[in-house]
Amino acid sequence: MFNRLITILLVSFSLTLLSLPAQAVTPSEPLWPTLKTVHFGDRAIREDANDLLTIEAPKRAEDAAIVPISVKSLVPQSADKYIKNIHIVIDNNPEPYSANFHLSPELGLIDISTRMRVDQYTFVRAIAEMNDGSLHMVSRFVKASGGCSAPAGKDAAAALARLGKMQIRMRKPTIGEPVQAQVIVSHPNYNGLQFDQKSRLYIDAHYVKNININYNDKPLISVETGISVSEDPSIRFTFTPTESGALKADVTDSEGQQFSHQKDI
Amino acid sequence: MNKLLNTLFSASFALLATTSCSANDYVIKEVTSGIYYHQGVHEEPSEANIGAIANVGFIIGERCVAVIDSGGSYIEGTLLHQAIRKQTSLPICYVINTHVHPDHLFGNAAFKNDKPEYIGHEKLPAAIASRESFFAKTFKETLGKAYTGTEFISPTTTVSIDSPVTIDLGDRTLTLTAHSTSHTDHDLTILDNKTKTLWTGDLLFMGRIPVMDGSINGWINTMEKLQSMELNFVIPGHGTASSDLWQQGLENQHRYFTTLRDEIRIIIDDMGTIKQASTQVGIQEKDNWELFPHYHRRNITASFVQLEWE
Repeated sequence: MFNRLITILLVSFSLTLLSLPAQAVTPSEPLWPTLKTVHFGDRAIREDANDLLTIEAPKRAEDAAIVPISVKSLVPQSADKYIKNIHIVIDNNPEPYSANFHLSPELGLIDISTRMRVDQYTFVRAIAEMNDGSLHMVSRFVKASGGCSAPAGKDAAAALARLGKMQIRMRKPTIGEPVQAQVIVSHPNYNGLQFDQKSRLYIDAHYVKNININYNDKPLISVETGISVSEDPSIRFTFTPTESGALKADVTDSEGQQFSHQKDI
Repeated sequence: MNKLLNTLFSASFALLATTSCSANDYVIKEVTSGIYYHQGVHEEPSEANIGAIANVGFIIGERCVAVIDSGGSYIEGTLLHQAIRKQTSLPICYVINTHVHPDHLFGNAAFKNDKPEYIGHEKLPAAIASRESFFAKTFKETLGKAYTGTEFISPTTTVSIDSPVTIDLGDRTLTLTAHSTSHTDHDLTILDNKTKTLWTGDLLFMGRIPVMDGSINGWINTMEKLQSMELNFVIPGHGTASSDLWQQGLENQHRYFTTLRDEIRIIIDDMGTIKQASTQVGIQEKDNWELFPHYHRRNITASFVQLEWE
C-alpha cells in the first residue's frame, strides 16, 4: 500500500517536472550536435574562432520578429585565403539553418548584417567556411523577448501591399573607398504560421529564397535565405567600388517571383 | 522516504502561496454610473500577479452586461466574473476584446458558461490564429500555475473598419469602432453613449510605457483623432481611468512616439543601424514611463523597420 502511494507520488512528481514550463520553451537537450551533423556531416568545426570573425546580436530579442545580427571578419579577404561562405544557424528556431552567405574574395573585410526572427532562448551561430574548406564558428546566446512580442508580422496587409518593392541605400560613395550599402526587399516572408482572414486558413510559407548582389555584373554576395529571416529582408554589407558602375540586387522568392533593383555609382 | 514526502508537500505549498490574488483583493472601481473597471498593475505578467496587468471591466445596462477585456489569465477572468456578480445578476451578453494581447484576452474562457457574444475587430481572429501557439508556449512559462484554464476564444461577431457597430445593453448603447493599424492591426474602442465614456484599449497607455505592435505612423494618427473627441471619461488600456487626466495622457504618448519617429528618421537618413538607434533614441523619455527598459528598445526596433519604407 505504502509502496503504491510512493509510486503514485513519484509518478505525479515526474509529471510535474515534465510539465515545468521552462522545458516547453527551451529544449533541455542542446540541438547543436544534431544540427552540426545534419548540415556539416562529420567535418571538424573550430569553435570560438574569435580571431577570424565576430558575431553581434542583442542579449535579448527586443522584438521576436526583428533581431539584428551582424557578422564581421577580422582578416581581409584575399585571392588565396578568403571566407567563401558564412552559414547562420539559430538552434531553436523552427528552421534552424537560417541563411548561407556566399562571399566574394573581393569584398575586403566582411561586414554583413541582417534581421532574423528569434522567438525563444537560443544560440545564434555564424560558421565561416574558408576557401580551403575549413570551418570556423562564433556564437551568441540570445534571450527571448518578453510580453506581447510575437514573431508574426505586425501589419500583414501593409507588408503584402508593398510586396516586391526594393531599396538600395548607401551614403555617397567614393571610388576606391569602402562604403556601406543596404539592400531591402519588401516581402511578408510568411513562415507558415500566419493566418488568412478571408480564407480562414494558414497561409503557406512564402518567403525570399535568394538575394544576389552584384557590382558591374560581378557577384559580391549571394544569400540563400529561409523563414528565419524577418519580414522585409534586409542585407547590409560593406564593399569597395573600384570603378563607377551599377550595384544590382536580384531577389527570388519561394513562389518563383523575381524582383530586382539597381543603383548607379 | 519521509524526506521525499516533505519535499513534495513543501513544493505544493510553495505553488499555492505564489498565487496571492483572491476575490477579496480584486478591487473594482466605478468610473461613472454602471461602468466598472479593475486597474492592472504596472508590472510584467507573472504567476504572482496572475497576468492582471491591463485594465479590464464591465458596463451594466437595464437588460444585460458587457465585459470589456476579460483579463490576463483564466483566473483573472473568474475574479472579474465574481466582481460582476457582486454588482448585478443580469446576464452577461457580450465579451468585447479590444485586441489580441494576452493581458486583455486570456480571461475569455471564464465567461463561456454565460454563452455571451464574443466581439472583436475583423482582424482579431487572424491575429489570434497567428499568435496562439507562440503565446501558449511563452505564457505557460510566464504565468505558471495562473495559466491553467486559459483558452483562446475568437470573436463570433466582428467589427469592420469604417463600419462602427452599436449594441444595446438595455437603455444603454455602446458604439464599437474598429481602427486602422495603430497599437496593433486590430484595435477596437468602445464608447458608452449614455455617459460619453471611452474604453480605448491599448490605444492609450498612461504611466506604463506604450508598446507598439502595429504601426507607429498609424498610431500617431489615431491618437490625434482621439484627442479631438469630446468625452466625459476615458478608461485607458493601462493606467488610471479619469475625466481629467486622459488628455495629458494622450499628449504624453503622442510626444513619446513623435520623438521616436523624428529621431529614428534622422538615423535612417544617415544610414544608421537599429543598434545605433536603440542606444540613442528617446533617452530623454526614460523617467516619464514605468517599465521603460522593458519596451523602449523594442519600440525603436519595430518603428525603425517601418520608417525605412517612408
